[in-house]
Amino acid sequence: MRRGTASPEASILYAEDLRKEYGNRVILEDIDLAVSEHEFCTLVGPSGCGKSTLLRLILGQERPTRGTLLLDGRPIGYPDTQRGIVYQKYSLFPHLTVLENVVLGKKLSASFFEGRRRKAEFDQEAMSFLDRMKLSDHIEKYPHELSGGMRQRVAIAQSLIMKPRILLMDEPFGALDPGTREDMQVFVLELWEDFNMTIFFVTHDLEEAVYLGTRVLVLSQYYAAGRADKDDNQGARIVADYPLARRAASTAVKEITQFGELIQRIRREGFDPAYRQRVTEFDLRHKDSFQTLTPEENNMID
Amino acid sequence: MVEEPKLLGIHANPPAWLRLVIGLLPFALLVGVYLTVSHIRIENNPADKLTPSVHKMVEAVQQMAFTVDGRTGCRLMLQDTLSSLRRIVIGLGCAAIVGLFLGMNMGVLPGLRGTLLPLVTFLSIIPPLAILPILFIVFGVDELGKVMLIFLGSVFMITRDIHNETEKIPREQVAKALTLGASQFQVIYQVILPQIMPRLLVTVRLCLGAAWLFLIASEAIASTDGLGYRIFLVRRYLAMNVIIPYVLWITLLGFLMDLLLRLVIRWKYHWYSAAE
Repeated sequence: MRRGTASPEASILYAEDLRKEYGNRVILEDIDLAVSEHEFCTLVGPSGCGKSTLLRLILGQERPTRGTLLLDGRPIGYPDTQRGIVYQKYSLFPHLTVLENVVLGKKLSASFFEGRRRKAEFDQEAMSFLDRMKLSDHIEKYPHELSGGMRQRVAIAQSLIMKPRILLMDEPFGALDPGTREDMQVFVLELWEDFNMTIFFVTHDLEEAVYLGTRVLVLSQYYAAGRADKDDNQGARIVADYPLARRAASTAVKEITQFGELIQRIRREGFDPAYRQRVTEFDLRHKDSFQTLTPEENNMID
Repeated sequence: MVEEPKLLGIHANPPAWLRLVIGLLPFALLVGVYLTVSHIRIENNPADKLTPSVHKMVEAVQQMAFTVDGRTGCRLMLQDTLSSLRRIVIGLGCAAIVGLFLGMNMGVLPGLRGTLLPLVTFLSIIPPLAILPILFIVFGVDELGKVMLIFLGSVFMITRDIHNETEKIPREQVAKALTLGASQFQVIYQVILPQIMPRLLVTVRLCLGAAWLFLIASEAIASTDGLGYRIFLVRRYLAMNVIIPYVLWITLLGFLMDLLLRLVIRWKYHWYSAAE
């Protein structure tokens, strides 16, 4: 049975019954997900629940064991220019300067001779991104000479210059100190609006997820599937899915009570091993959310 | 306030001048002991050849390095140096190039790795000197045999090391490059290769010692010139006054080659040592 109305055609990203196993271990199971254009989608969950695995599937770095995974209606293949990626580290190439790192995508996509001919044009385009990132004074530096926040801004510029359909971010601010982290959050929100981007953002920080997202997905292995036997080897599912009103890009909202209440609710639904919702009771409120249920699970609806 | 000890204990922090002094001290001692022993022995027996005086060695160097040899018409030490350097540079240079491409491609292409890694590992364990007779039989006792010994002695080590280093590059970098529009070829030659280059120079540095060993061994066995050839030749006459300066000269050459590689790494790939 299927609940919800999302369709592959209307979504930029679409997954149905997605499953990933490593050997005998089930990491993800029955992931149903549809993401519309211009959504800022954050994905939270306890550590080790498979958030990064899901991201790598979307990126194409790994293949799903089963299920459908579509980008703009077409099956996802190996990584390409349609998806941008910003990792927590390793996003930048250590042997290239800031400018070279940002220009790289342009150069790789052009033929050798075209790259030579249009070098000035490419450099200029990269410079406009670096200006936007407030990095124009550092273009000759190498990644190891930059602070953590600057490195991530270069990594974002490096991806943005390719104008990807969707920007994937894997705990991009996880290694930053709290002050820099907050600056980067505000900054990424501004970019999201200015460039009209679609972002898929993985984090283990609940506050960050709720603050940034227009939609929060909670991925967790703590739920009751109605199967008595193999409970310890159940893969994570999306157990909650909330739409969030986009507020002004100010960190002051973090003080609001509702903000705190939502975080508390997500903490219980996704992060508490003792609290297990039944599959049919997941809090899937977002308009794009849908669920495909097996007949067995269907019987759980009283 | 506690005063830092200058020299003794784990808290010692020798100042720069002291570091220089204690660094040079063992050298000074060694030279001192030699000069004393040499002096005593020559006092006892003016014809002694085992521990020649500095004067004798300077004479020998003048003879070998600055006098044109009547029979061959050239300066012997210069000729020996050029021949040896040519062999080591060609042998090690080819090993570096082959090792780089083999190791790097094995590191990124699982198919190639599966095919070649067991073989390369096997070959790298064969003691190169043990196959020297085979090399002399197959490639002859001329230049090719010697260059091949240096080449085969280092190429598999370099391959394995570069392969290791390539595998250490995070998979994220490959994925990232693909999202930036790189083709598979570009990933290997525009993203991986430039990151591996400094490690290649480090590996070559580490292989230099072994390469000198192979060079001198092969020259000792069959040659008509070369630094190794010369010291083994004059051994017959117990000509320590030639052997000692030659050994010092070989050491200096090895040191200079090492220094050169180190400088190139620091100058061209400063991001490498800084990012480590």
